[in-house]
This record gives sequence, C-alpha cells and structure tokens, in this order.
Amino acid sequence: MLKRLTTLAATLLVSTALHAEPVAGGRANVVIQPEPPSLMMGLVQNGPTQMVAGNIYESLLRYDEKLQPMPQLATSWDVSEDGLTYTFHLHDDVKWHDGKPFTSADVVFSADVFLRETHTRLRASLEHVESITAPDDTTVVFKLKQPFGPFLGIFEAGTMPMIPKHIYEGTDYKNNPANNTPIGTGPFKFKEWVKGSHILLTRNEEYYEEGKPYLDEIYWHVIPDAASRAVAYETGVVDVLPGGSIENFDVQRIADMENTCVTDKGWEYFGPLSWMWLNNREGPTADKRFRQAVMYAMDRDFARDALWNGLGKVAAGPVSSSTRFFTEEVTKYDHDPEKAKALLAEMGYKGEPVRLLPLPYGETWQRWAEAVKQNLDEVGINVELVSTDVAGWNQKLAEWDYDMAFTYLYQYGDPALGVARNYVSTNIAKGSQWNNVEGYENKEIDDLFAKAAVAVTAEERQKLYTEAQQKLVDDVPVAWLLELGFPTIYRCNVKDLVTTAIGVNDGFKDAYIEK
Amino acid sequence: MADFWKRFCRNRGAVIGITILAVVVLVAVLAPLVFPQSPWRMVQRPFLPPFSMEQYPLGTDALGRNVMSGLAYGAQVSLLVGLVSTVAALLIGIPIGALAGYFGGWIDDALMRFTEFFQTVPSFALAIVLVAIFEPSIQSIIAAIAIVSWPPVARLVRGEVLSLRSREYIEAAILSGQTSAAIILRQVLPNTLSPIIVLASLMVATAILLESSLSFLGLGDPNMMSWGYMIGAARTVIRQAWWLSFFPGVAILLTVLALNLIGEGLNDALNPRLARRGK
Repeated sequence: MLKRLTTLAATLLVSTALHAEPVAGGRANVVIQPEPPSLMMGLVQNGPTQMVAGNIYESLLRYDEKLQPMPQLATSWDVSEDGLTYTFHLHDDVKWHDGKPFTSADVVFSADVFLRETHTRLRASLEHVESITAPDDTTVVFKLKQPFGPFLGIFEAGTMPMIPKHIYEGTDYKNNPANNTPIGTGPFKFKEWVKGSHILLTRNEEYYEEGKPYLDEIYWHVIPDAASRAVAYETGVVDVLPGGSIENFDVQRIADMENTCVTDKGWEYFGPLSWMWLNNREGPTADKRFRQAVMYAMDRDFARDALWNGLGKVAAGPVSSSTRFFTEEVTKYDHDPEKAKALLAEMGYKGEPVRLLPLPYGETWQRWAEAVKQNLDEVGINVELVSTDVAGWNQKLAEWDYDMAFTYLYQYGDPALGVARNYVSTNIAKGSQWNNVEGYENKEIDDLFAKAAVAVTAEERQKLYTEAQQKLVDDVPVAWLLELGFPTIYRCNVKDLVTTAIGVNDGFKDAYIEK
Repeated sequence: MADFWKRFCRNRGAVIGITILAVVVLVAVLAPLVFPQSPWRMVQRPFLPPFSMEQYPLGTDALGRNVMSGLAYGAQVSLLVGLVSTVAALLIGIPIGALAGYFGGWIDDALMRFTEFFQTVPSFALAIVLVAIFEPSIQSIIAAIAIVSWPPVARLVRGEVLSLRSREYIEAAILSGQTSAAIILRQVLPNTLSPIIVLASLMVATAILLESSLSFLGLGDPNMMSWGYMIGAARTVIRQAWWLSFFPGVAILLTVLALNLIGEGLNDALNPRLARRGK
C-alpha cells in the first residue's frame, strides 16, 4: 500500500512540470460523466453541465487555486472603502459566438434579470445587492445594501455565467430554442451534440485574448460504464479523465501508465467536504459525547489511504482547507478508540442501535460505510447499515428519518456561501438535503455566521469564523470525514489543463497539446 | 432406512455431494469458534494476496478484511437463506397444490391460475423488485426467494395428488367417512413426499444462487457477509485482486453442485424401481 501511495505522490509531483511555449492546434478527447441534461448554464448547473459549458460561457472573473480573483470578462475592478460599491471595467472588444458585441447591458441582464429568476444559489447572494447599473458600455456597478464579505467570490462561470441579452430578453427562458445551441463569450463554441455519443466544441476564432485558445476542438465522449471509461483511456480513445470519471480502485492502475499525469488540484472553489449527518434531535446521536465518540472512533487516515488512494485530507472541521477563513486551531480528533469508549461509558450508552445510511454513489462509498461501521462496532456502538437507492436516500434525509448518513457538499470558496447553510438554526426545514439536516441549534453559532457574512474586513471575518469553527468542532454537530480529492488524470503532453480553482471546468482556455 | 442408505450410497456422486455439504455445514457451525472476530474487521493491509501470510491464507480484501473468515460466515448466510426460504416455499406450495389436486373443479382452476400468474413473471426479476421495495435485509430476501420459488412445488404436488386421488385406498377412506383434511394429511401427502424431498434439495441450491445474485447486485443484507456480496464487492477490483472473487465463487459452485448431486442421489434412493432399471 505504502509503495502504491508513494508512486502516486510521485506522479502528482511530475504533473507540476516546467513550462514551455504553448503550441496551437489539436483536439482534446475528454470523458464527460454523466451526460449533462443541458448545456445552458444559466438554467442548469450540475457538475457535467459546468464542466462542458464552463468553456462556452464566462463570467466577469476567474479564480486561481488560492481563490484570488483574476481578470476574465472584467479587466479590472474597484471596491469602495465602505465595501458597498463594486465597479467592474469590462473588455471592450468581446463578441458573443453569434458575432453580436458583448456589453455591460448583458451583465445587468444576466445578473439582475435572468439569473435572479433561474439560479437559486446566486439569488441568495444577490439578496445583498441593492442595484446593478451600467453607466457606460464597459462599466458595471454593483451597489450593496450592506457589506457582504464573499461578494468578489460569486463571479465564477458556474455561479454567474453571462447570458446574451439579445437572445433571451423577453422570452420564455426555459423553452427558448437557443438553449439547444448555447451562445456564450468563451474560448470554445458549441458545434454539435449527439445524445448518448459525444459533444463537440470548436475553437472561437474571434476570442478576445490574443492567441487563445490553443486547441482546435474539444471532443467530450459520453461513456456510461465506469470500466469502459478506464478502458477508453487505456486504449488511447480519450486523453483526459476528469475527477470522478473512473472508480477509485482503478485510479492507481491508470496512474501507473506511461505518459500519464494525475492532479488533485482544480477543485479548490468547490472544496468538496464529506461528513456524516448525525441526527441531533433524538437517539444516542443527540448526545454531544456520543458524537465526539464517533469522531474518535473513526480511522479517517485509513479511509483516505485505502479508499481514496491517499488523495484528499482528513477534515479538520466544517470548513475545507481550500476555502477562505479555514483555521487549523481547533480540537483534533485522532483515531483513539479508548477515548471513544470512555466518552460512551460516561454518557451511559447501552448499545442502542443506530442506523447508518451509506451514500448510494457506488462501490467506494459502500466500502467506506462498511469501514466506518466496523470502526464504530469496535468501540461498542451498535451500527445497522441501511441500504437505499438515491431516491430513498434523498427522501430519508429530507424527512429526517435517519441516525447517521454519509454525504458530501461543495463550499464555493467562502463559509458564507457553502458552510453556514449547514449549521445555522434558521436553515432547519424539512424537504432538503443541503440545509441544516442534522437539526443543530446554537444561538452563538447563528450570531457568529451572521456577523461574519457582513463584516467588512478580512481580519474581522477571519476572527469570527475561527471562533465559529472552534465551537462547532467541539460540539460535533456532524462527523466530518475527508476533504475529498478527485483526481484529474490526463496524458502528460496535455499542458496547462488545470490552472484555476475550478480546474477542467474552464481549463481548456489555457490548455495545449505538446507534439 | 438402512436399505435407503444403501441405495443412496450406490450413487457415487451423491456421496461426494453429501461429503461436501457436510464440510460446508461444519464450517458454518464452527465459524464463530475458529474466527471469533467479526468478518468485517479490518485485520491486515488491504489487498494482501493469498498464501502470503499464514494467518490469512486466502488474503484480504479492499479494506483488509480476512477473506477466509468471510467465507466461513458466508456459509452461514447461504445455508440459512437456502433452508429457511425453501421451507417457506414448501409451506406455500404444498397446501396450494394439495387443495387444487384433491378438490379439482373451480378450486383447482382458481388456484392454478393464481400459480400461473407467478410462473409467468420471470422469477429473478420479481425477486429484485420485492427486495428493492422492502429494503434489503435477510428477512426480505428470504421472503422474496420463497415467493418466487413456490409455484413449481404447487404444480408438482397437484400432479401427484391428482394421480393418487383416483386410487382405491383413497376412495375407501372417503367411503369410511374420513374428513377431507384427514385424508389429505394422512393418506395423500405422505405418499407425495419422495418427489417433494428431491425437489426441495434442488430448491435449496437455487435459493443459494438467488441470494448470491441479489447480493452481487448490491441487494444483499448490508449487515451480513455473504458469498454473493463478496463477489459483488470484488467485481470492481477483479483485475487487481483475482482472489477476492475466485474463492467465494468456488464456494458457491461447490455448494450448489453438492446439493444437485444429493438431489440426484435422493431421487435414486427414493425411486427404487427407477434405480434398478438404471443398473
């Protein structure tokens, strides 16, 4: 095992090789899994849609792996002293794929009209916005009602994609025929989509950044079976396997192939964090000592090494280490069965059965649940695995009919966007698997998150979030597992593929194939 | 009885079968003594190949669990499911077949149409649906297997009862004023026992296969280590770790083969005329 892991680590190092002069031309063959329901990113934002359409649509900014904003459609931006006015200066020579010019009017339409109606996650952030105006063709001004710390983090392609006003204004967005032939400003244009077979994007010859993109085409292969996807890479049919497209157990074998690079970068914006919901309302899991015992009982290093090929990190708490305002200064929960047993003895746990729902997303998650059950069994917790399908799992969580349940969620770079929602008591409501499902209620935590979201300076926010993380980690409202590492596997001669915080989703703009 | 044994032992396959089955039963019974630790316990590094460590002769799986211990506990699950579901299927099938065959007429018609209804649905598909609806657990699996495997019993019993029904000793029993229930239980059923026993031994084999197939598809009881589960879990790593699917596969093969051989032996032993003709 150790040897397997070190070779993988070595391949990871190789992937950050030296830079050379980019070469133009060539086609990238990429797996897309599963087939997206639509490519119209203003209407649909699930994983595969973002992965393909992130190269067609753009937003004002993009983000590096430290989540620092970089210019995209906006060349520069100013923030007023009081943190209430954000002014963006746009590129002046941008054209939509149909040749019409892109202007500030498109930005206002996209953010204020189109996405407010269609994009739930963005709508919540836009609650803080008082007005969006366009003083001239290349300037956009966002005025906020109160300071909103994560504001500069919402200009990512999947969060605020720019939608062409001249096509959508005044139409029925969901049924606009243009949804089938998406028009964006991005480096690649939509060419064709043969359902069940492939999606073809071609180079945008009139792209506003000199010389980019380098590739002529991106060919997304739809291959429904995991084993066949691995074989497609082995036989040279595809050159890029984005994170999560093959079973974890296959990663090592593929990574060992010649001219193959692996990276777990490119997920920083999403910061996928896995945990077990613990029902704080009833049963043994309602007792804080029981929840702490669960944390001490789990061998999370083993799970990472055996199930995730050593990729990813043991989670410190509710905030992923790639998300802003993460702190390490929290109580540590090492694998310590004795401590777990002591806590259980202290609370007088008598072996009442607890039900554990695995995540029905395939073999890795099933094995993981078995390993955790075994960890918990060994300190005397009586765990019963319950099998469900995806629909049953959704329903049980939404109805709070569980004791413990696996899950993982994205964080979108900022605790106010992707962390607070799971712990504040105002977000307890049946019917969703993304809110405060565990039923944790703590006035202090509510206040901390509320204050931190609107605090002006980063120092102030850090202080509040650090305090919130420390309190949460002591209370263990949920049992944090791992920061998931989704490896992107690609031929080493595909260069500069993963350079941003959303990786392959907008990576083909800079990518080139070395001959 | 001694006579029966002699006839049974004349079939060499049957002797081999019963020997294998005895070993499987022994392993199942002794499992908790030989492997006091749970088969789910992660004991060594993952993917330890077989025959490389004395303590774990068959190696370990993707989580470092002892394959040997899994096989032993899997034998318990397989035998349990096989026996209980067969008994349950007999309890459904025999009364239906007996009533249909004995009374005939509209009762026969109604019961046989009901049976055909179950026979026309592919049994494995029906089992999958039943288990999926009732959430996979050992009880729901046994119930599903019983529900899909009783129709052949009912048909067999009906046929036997039909032919016995017109015998003179049955008519004599009716004339002597015995109740229908008494005639069915005391006169008819005891004489249908031998084909039922033969069929039952084959049904146990089928039930074991069904349970393994369900577990293979991920519809097993998630708290029970069964052979089908072991193969299903090993499927994704078959290229890295052949032994994870090979050993439980062999276990299923041998057990099912043993039961089939025994079934044949029983057939010979319980049908002396047939056996003698074979000589």
